[in-house]
Formats: sequence, structure tokens, C-alpha cells
Amino acid sequence: MSFRDTMLDEYKEILKTYINDQTEQALYMSQKFSRKSIEYKISPEEMISLHKTSIMELAPDLPESLLLSLDILLEVMMSYGLAYREHQSLRTIQRELINEIEVAANMQQTLLGTQIPHISSVDIGAISVPAKQMSGDYYHFVSHENGAVSVAIADIIGKGIPAALCMSMIKYSMDSMPENSHTPGDVLERLNRVVEQNVDPTMFITMFSGLYNPGNHTFYYSSAGHEPGFYYNGETGAFEELKAKGLLLGVDKKAKYREYERKVEVGDAILLMSDGVTECRTKDGFIEIDTLVGYIEKYIHLGAQDIADKVYKELEFLQDFQLRDDFTLIIIKRTA
Amino acid sequence: MNISIDVQERDHQTTITLAGEIDAYTAPKLREAAFPYTEKQHANVVIDLSGVTYMDSTGLGVFVGLFKSLNANEGTLELNGLSDRLKRLFDITGLADIMNINPKAEGGI
Repeated sequence: MSFRDTMLDEYKEILKTYINDQTEQALYMSQKFSRKSIEYKISPEEMISLHKTSIMELAPDLPESLLLSLDILLEVMMSYGLAYREHQSLRTIQRELINEIEVAANMQQTLLGTQIPHISSVDIGAISVPAKQMSGDYYHFVSHENGAVSVAIADIIGKGIPAALCMSMIKYSMDSMPENSHTPGDVLERLNRVVEQNVDPTMFITMFSGLYNPGNHTFYYSSAGHEPGFYYNGETGAFEELKAKGLLLGVDKKAKYREYERKVEVGDAILLMSDGVTECRTKDGFIEIDTLVGYIEKYIHLGAQDIADKVYKELEFLQDFQLRDDFTLIIIKRTA
Repeated sequence: MNISIDVQERDHQTTITLAGEIDAYTAPKLREAAFPYTEKQHANVVIDLSGVTYMDSTGLGVFVGLFKSLNANEGTLELNGLSDRLKRLFDITGLADIMNINPKAEGGI
């Protein structure tokens, strides 16, 4: 018995039951049958042909006009059938695309991975949590031959694949900078030229670029429109904003980035963050800078990674565990 | 999470009055509504933000886009009525130095 015959028998049975006593059961059976026929890719016009064959057997004395009308109905349904098949093939393509994007996203994660450097006398911790599947936040560390460490934290405005490509661009530009030009201002000026030329005009990047030199324990930094970080003075327990002026990357190719520096003493800490931290919204409004500083203060005695993790947990709790924006926090603490 | 956009054109000037929140969800609506006015030659676009209660970086992206488009077409952009929080965003990003930005008028003279 062919597949068509099996389906035909089943359909005929349903039709017969219904013609005889109009039960709910028959209606339920026909719904089930419809799901099955979709599963086996039976087109609408085939359904009508099935119907015609069945009804001719079940009620041979039907008027000719009714049977003829089914031919017209069948012709009319042809386009629906075509549309349906097209829909099916688009769904297959869509599934393939989703798979490919997932592969790309995973690959991106691997490519963009950055190692937190280990240098003596400095403890570094970092946490970055995306609000959605793909993050617009990015951070990167580069260790230099002379022992210095470059750190960059960026927020790419614009999401999805362009943002992802943009992150790769930042990473490779940073990795391939010559050893003699990794001062934060240089890094930003160079990246700004790259971004200005290559990126869609409505997309731009805020970035904070820093360089920690353990030789003289000085932190050099520049900002391209990025949320200012904080400086923690271990002796006085005071926090202050690491203010730095500079235009967003990708707006003006002639932009210059001023470099600032800060002598870091034992027990001092540098905190860098994305605007997902300071723009954290609670049900009562925005988080106040004092509240944020309060949390950091509460955990400042811990290791750098612990501080980052604990502060994140507090803010996550404040927002009822629903991040609205990507969250990135980097802590650099001088220990000896 | 909603935005209202009101556009008035008078004497070679387009005034766009915004109210509500500008975030990842509403920013595309704003971009769509405002962009065509920036693409004419020598257009003057004034945007009133005094009714905007929240804006995130996606919103900022729209203003950068409008600014670049107007610059390319020799037009001007003026942003008025910014709250302290909004003003801070433009200050931090360095945009306040290159764009024409006027904060909300303080009470009294």
C-alpha cells in the first residue's frame, strides 16, 4: 500500500464518520490529520485531490457540478501550494543561517578572547556580562616586552554583526601595534583613523585606553568619549573620577587624544567600566554614583577578581537580575 | 519604553520635538523619522530634547549619525533642552565640544 493510499484511507474514514454522525471526534481527527499532512509535506492541491477521490467513493450520486467545482478549487490552490513550498525552503535556509551565525558567534568568542596578564605587584580582575546574546562591550589586555600592560575597554554602539566585526578590528589593531607606540593616546588616534574609514557612519565606539607601567608604577590613560573610571586612593580611602577628555572614535578622523598619568601607590586601585555600570537602572530610577562607590568600597579589601564579581552581583540584584545594558568592570590593584 | 516625535518645518528650519525614552528600541524610530531632514542641502535641524527622560548610547548613535549627515550636506544641528543627565552623556563622549548643545534653561534669570 502506497503512502498516498494510507493517507487516503485515513481521510476517507474521517470523512465517513463525520458525514454519518457529525461528531466532535471526527473534527478532532481531521485536525490531527492536517498536522500529519503538513509534516509529510502534502500540498493544499493534493489535499483537494484526496478529498475529491474520497467523496466520489463515499457519495457516488453527488451532483456533477459539485465535483467539477472541486477541479477549480484545486487549480486555485496551486499558488497556495507554491507559496507553501517556498515557505518551507526559506525555513530551511533560515535554520542554516541561524546555525552559521551561532558558529560565527562562538568563533568570535574564541578570537576575541583575552588573557588577564599576571604581573608581580599588580592584581587585575575583569568581568563582562552581555545583556543579550552578543555583547557590545569589549575589553582587551596586551602584555609588552618591557613588562608594561595595555588595557582597553570599549563600548561599540551598533549591534550584531557589524559590531562583532568592529571588535575584531580593534583587537587586531591593538595586537599589531608596534612596541614603540602603545601609549594610550597613540592607540586611540590610530584606532580612530581605522574606525572612521571603515565603519558605517551611524556606528561608533567609546573607548578607554590605558597603560600600566610596573617599572615606575604609573598608569597612563586616554579616553575616546568613554565613561570615566575611578581611582581609589588606598591611604585616604577616597574615590575620584578618572576624568579624561576625548571624542568618540569614528566621528572625526583628525581627533587628538590627550594623555593623562597617575602615580599608583601600594593599596591604590584603578576601576574601569562600561556605561552599563553607571547607567544601571533600578525600579526607583538610576543608580547613584555614591551607591556604586559604596559597593566598591565594601569589597575593596578583596582580590581584584573578587571585587569585580561581587560588585556585579550587587548591581545584578539591584536590577532584579535583568541586565538592560552590557556590563563590564575591570579592576587593577597595586598590591606591593 | 516609548517615544513621541513631532516634526515642524518652517522658514528653512526643521524643528523636531522629542518626548519619552531613547534606547535600543526607540532609536531606530527616531533615526527613520529624522534622517530624511538631514539629507537636504543646507538644512537646519533643531531638536528639542526637554521631554526626553532617558537616553542610552544607542540614542547617542542616532545623534552622531544625524550630525555627520548634516555636516556632509553643509547643514547645521542644534540640540536644545538637555537635562543634566543627557548633558553629561554629550560631555563624556566629547560631542559637546563639536556639537551645538544647549542645556535646559535654569529657573529664574
